[in-house]
Amino acid sequence: MSTAEPQVETRRDRWQYGVCGFLAVVGVLVITDAARIRHIANSNDPIGPKPVPIVLGALLLLIAVLYAVDVARGGTGEAEAGEDVDATSPVDWRTVLLLVGAFVVNLALIEPLGWVISGGLLFWGSAFALGSRHHIRNLFIAAALSLTTFYAFAIGLGVNLPAGVLQGIL
Amino acid sequence: MDNLVNLLTGFGDVLTPLNLLLALLGVTVGTAVGVLPGIGPAMTVALLLPITYGLEPVQAFIMFAGIFYGGMYGGSTTSILLNTPGESSSVVTAIEGNKMARAGRAAQALATAAIGSFVAGTIGTVLLVLVAPQVVKFAISLGAPDYLAIMLLAFAGATSVLGSSRIRGFAALLLGLVIGLVGIDKVTGQERLTFGIPQLADGIDVVVVAVGIFAVGEALWVAAHLRRNPGTVIPVGRPWMGRSDWRRSWKPWLRGTAYGFPIGALPAGGAEIPTFLSYATEKKLSKHPEEFGHGAIEGVAGPEAANNASAAGTLVPMLALGLPTNATAAVMLAAFTSYGIQPGPLLFQREPKLVWALIASLFIGNLMLLLLNLPLAPAWAKLLQIPRPYLYAGIIFFASMGAYAVNAQPLDLVLLLLLGLLGFAMRRFGLPVLPLIIGVILGPIAERQARMSLQLSNGDPSGLIGGPVAYVIYAVILAMLAWPLISKLGRKTKTKDVVYTAGQ
Repeated sequence: MSTAEPQVETRRDRWQYGVCGFLAVVGVLVITDAARIRHIANSNDPIGPKPVPIVLGALLLLIAVLYAVDVARGGTGEAEAGEDVDATSPVDWRTVLLLVGAFVVNLALIEPLGWVISGGLLFWGSAFALGSRHHIRNLFIAAALSLTTFYAFAIGLGVNLPAGVLQGIL
Repeated sequence: MDNLVNLLTGFGDVLTPLNLLLALLGVTVGTAVGVLPGIGPAMTVALLLPITYGLEPVQAFIMFAGIFYGGMYGGSTTSILLNTPGESSSVVTAIEGNKMARAGRAAQALATAAIGSFVAGTIGTVLLVLVAPQVVKFAISLGAPDYLAIMLLAFAGATSVLGSSRIRGFAALLLGLVIGLVGIDKVTGQERLTFGIPQLADGIDVVVVAVGIFAVGEALWVAAHLRRNPGTVIPVGRPWMGRSDWRRSWKPWLRGTAYGFPIGALPAGGAEIPTFLSYATEKKLSKHPEEFGHGAIEGVAGPEAANNASAAGTLVPMLALGLPTNATAAVMLAAFTSYGIQPGPLLFQREPKLVWALIASLFIGNLMLLLLNLPLAPAWAKLLQIPRPYLYAGIIFFASMGAYAVNAQPLDLVLLLLLGLLGFAMRRFGLPVLPLIIGVILGPIAERQARMSLQLSNGDPSGLIGGPVAYVIYAVILAMLAWPLISKLGRKTKTKDVVYTAGQ
């Protein structure tokens, strides 16, 4: 256990360079996007829309470098704790990817099939991803939740939720 | 006196059967959602936004007030009964509160938290009534360069939270500022960072950002590290306090309030510092210092009051200046803007009905909470046993619904997922989320103020700084940024002294 620990530590350090890289990429993106803007300035607005993104992009590049220096010196960010978080366990990628999958199903189906079906699938899929194996019970809960929210919010409060294929039935 | 009349009018607006019902609903749902493990006050407000969508602004604000205090109170119940709190502001409550609960004094811990929250919340709201209009009076005299300075102060404050890495805070702030850039520039009509996607022309909705970062990001993060066996919930009966508990609680409540409100009201305040200060003070002043660390009631009463008073304090900069200083205020501000209401000094003049109805409902919601929470505590405790798959699936479900309902476009769900993944990565690498959300909200305003300042000075960069108020604020910002350097130097000389004396 004690021999494995430093290894985990160094691996974490290397991933942090990914954050620096991300910040640098965003910085370059912001600057190239701003460079494309024509220079517009008049007496009402002497600097136009261009300088602020350029300054932000430059700061992002600067902070990416400072971040990398901090990481190289052994700096680490403290991962967030919480009631249900077991900080000692490694990231469970399977669960995360399954959740993202459920999310994508919902965003692809919400317009064609409607919230009742896509939202129900979202809940059912998320519960499955999180390890619940009561498939039939979960199906009932998912259906109850999506129907209740549709009637309460879309019909009761006039919130925008699509009825989709169930238009006219609900 | 004007304020008193305004406040009474506010009470008049709230005291109708329908509005009272909405307040009660807000308080109940706010507490119920806030109690759920893993859901802090900010996420509570973010997840409950949709229930206010169909309402008139005044009624929506009445409900917000209830959700705001309800979510706060719910969070402290969780930390007392479960330990390991979700929000940094309830860390201190958990230290002694959970020890008390383990020693069979959960009822007293919950009671002193509930009554202390009520006392602090009520005093805090009274102070809000007294202070906010004064701040407004002062703020109206300020010019664009002063506002720019205040915004920069808020940025500096959010990134230099005690004990966390500034580089990471600053990185989060910059990411938020970039998200705030997306969309059409209001002055010139030029598109920035829209990549030709027409739906991005209006910018990324702040509600989508808040829900993505707070709710989806948190759910993904917890899902990746879900405990196999959730912590044991300590059963609790109806909260009550004996005479000695009252005697030991009332002073900490007042001292906690005295720490919480002023620090919460500062543009760079927050709840962490006053709760820690309150804990340290109570430990020092207590007649039972040996009980600290084993469940001292003063250690729950003081910090919990400080926490709630600072929440009331954060409403001062939020309402009077449009400045959010903690996550919950940031989400509330996002909600206000989705109603087309821009908090700031003019809010009190333009929408007095709204502001005073909100303040009146804070009083009413606080009272309802007290009446509701003492008898309902056992029921809230049961909520802690909800199976975790359902809890986090439910968070993702309601987050998706709320984000979609803002504009009814599937693209918002794509953004929600991307922001959720960003929130996940930020939690993984220890980047604080508060600077990001503050950057998204205040970034566009700060840019507008900067450009207005330059307009006044005809493009001369010195126009960015003018004014004595701005000078004072910049001095404070410099001091905040230089603080770690100063304290490091101080520590170095001190250790030298120690070495010196030890050498002798």
